[in-house]
Amino acid sequence: MEEISFETNKEPDILLPPKTQSKALRWMKENLFSGWFNALLTIVSALVTGYILFHSIQFIFTEDWSVIAVNFRLLMIGQFPVEEVWRIWTAFGLLTVLLGLSWGLWKGSMAHVAVSILAIMVVMLVMPFIQMNTRLILGGNIVLLFLTFFIGTKLPKLKVPVLLVWLLFIPVTIFILNGFGVFEPVSSNIWGGFLLTMLIASVSIIVSFPIGLLLALGRRSTLPVVKYFCVIYIEFIRGIPLITVLFIGQLMIPLFLGNGIEISNVMRAMIGMTLFSAAYLAENIRGGLQSIPKGQYEAAQSLGLSKAHMMTFVILPQALKAVIPACVGQFISIFKDTSLVAIVGLTDLLGMGQKLVANPEFLGKQMEVFLFIGFIYFIFCFLMAHVSRRLEVKLGVGER
Amino acid sequence: MESLFAVERLSTPLEERDDMITVKGLNKWFGDLHVLKNVDLTVKQGEVVVILGPSGSGKSTFIRTLNALEEFQTGEIVVDGISLTNDLKNIEEIRMETGMVFQSFNLFPHMTILKNISLAPIWVRKWKKQRAEQIALELLERVGIPEQAHKFPGQLSGGQQQRVAIARALAMRPKIMLFDEPTSALDPEMVKEVLDVMKTLAESGMTMLVVTHEMGFARQVADRIVLFDYGEIIEEGPPEQIFDHPQHDRTKLFLSQIL
Repeated sequence: MEEISFETNKEPDILLPPKTQSKALRWMKENLFSGWFNALLTIVSALVTGYILFHSIQFIFTEDWSVIAVNFRLLMIGQFPVEEVWRIWTAFGLLTVLLGLSWGLWKGSMAHVAVSILAIMVVMLVMPFIQMNTRLILGGNIVLLFLTFFIGTKLPKLKVPVLLVWLLFIPVTIFILNGFGVFEPVSSNIWGGFLLTMLIASVSIIVSFPIGLLLALGRRSTLPVVKYFCVIYIEFIRGIPLITVLFIGQLMIPLFLGNGIEISNVMRAMIGMTLFSAAYLAENIRGGLQSIPKGQYEAAQSLGLSKAHMMTFVILPQALKAVIPACVGQFISIFKDTSLVAIVGLTDLLGMGQKLVANPEFLGKQMEVFLFIGFIYFIFCFLMAHVSRRLEVKLGVGER
Repeated sequence: MESLFAVERLSTPLEERDDMITVKGLNKWFGDLHVLKNVDLTVKQGEVVVILGPSGSGKSTFIRTLNALEEFQTGEIVVDGISLTNDLKNIEEIRMETGMVFQSFNLFPHMTILKNISLAPIWVRKWKKQRAEQIALELLERVGIPEQAHKFPGQLSGGQQQRVAIARALAMRPKIMLFDEPTSALDPEMVKEVLDVMKTLAESGMTMLVVTHEMGFARQVADRIVLFDYGEIIEEGPPEQIFDHPQHDRTKLFLSQIL
């Protein structure tokens, strides 16, 4: 019989992993070619993708993009008079300062926004068709952004003033653009292009949020009058399409206001968009409120916190954090839905595109124009989605 | 440090002290269900009352009515001289005087431990932030977890979270502490750390109402045991009497099931 030996103090044989394939090769084998059927799928989809990519890239690089180059100003700011463009640049300069300061003060998500805007400015700067003085202003803005960034990192005291100026930014911008008696008025009827898209979107997003919040709280109120007002408002608005709201806005708001007050088309569109999105935001926020466990309310109450304090410090911070994705989704869709104002006669980015395409001079250039417009929408929507994801991660601190 | 647990040690015997809580003829219905039936109870200053009873006997509901987390239909509740009515101001006053600790801790998950504790003192008691945080830190020291002040509730164990919840309630300097099954959601090895804090609190002279299933705690710490069944008090008395010589059949049955 064979003797059995136990080798106790001997190092076990260490097996090294087989060094055969590189990581990439292994990944491909596991994920793309794990069987004959998957290999077939891989090849077919690769061929299709390659075909589409090849033709898209060929289109982008061989096509004549002069339609964009020639009409770049129109697409960006519409028929805003050339001699008054300094107003837009002033507003843009203010935005740059705010962005730079916020980047320096808060870093984090603001850094992503600031860097993205910076990248857009740099891209515009190197575009061949941009006029020299525009380039100079853009260059100045880039310098300004870095300058204010450094100021922001050095002066943390500026946080509160910067927040205040952010709050005032949109009203100030509209004031500068319109003039309102201080400067020569530039009627909002000739605002257009991307400028108009941005203005309508920002106003609707910023104003609809607090309204939506109030509606959501009102819908959960114990006072029947408040509650049913909110329910009826929300359900009424959600029951009609945005286009209808916009038409109603165009036709009814002047009727409500009577003859005394003139209110511009742009303002009517902003009101319509705001009222519309407030109803959807209210439902999103209500979802967040319902996700907060009863124990949180009870704990806050048992500590003697008043209802207002309980909502402000305990319930809303948690509820709003929970609905960031849904709310940003709503913001993105507001931003894209601003393109519908073209139907009520405004020339936003898309409206301007349609006018260009209708011009016989640029016959057959639809593809270029709409691709360009789509690309601009995409950049800003993607930026919003990206920042919201960052925000979620950042606010997720301490979560289980 | 001793003063942190709000109430001085009392030397006068229980019978001669003031009433902290008086409940007379309390009745409550959930729909058609009669959950509290003619409950009468008086709690003296500095007394520790442990409420026992089978689940569904109404004991949690009872202590939740004391700080108006539950409404009641008939009867009278007087807490520290304030009669509990529907008046919102009255309710908030009573809630300032009574701290509550829940089975599921109910810490605010989006705030650090320090913020959890100092929130109510700052906004309800209107203390300066610095003072509130100072007291929060001292309370954390008392419950034995000063090093956790800047963490979030999700990063703490259950026992630690419940101790923070006790500190949070104490930060308001309440005269009465209500405990609603404070150890029922804890892993067994964490029950003791919470009970120890409660024991220290009882020794410092706090008026306490405790709903629990911890018989050891009840026997050791309680001045009086109250037994609930089917929404009414079936027996009450000092722990020795209840545990060793129960009078009522239902008390005997309950104790036999649990001991």
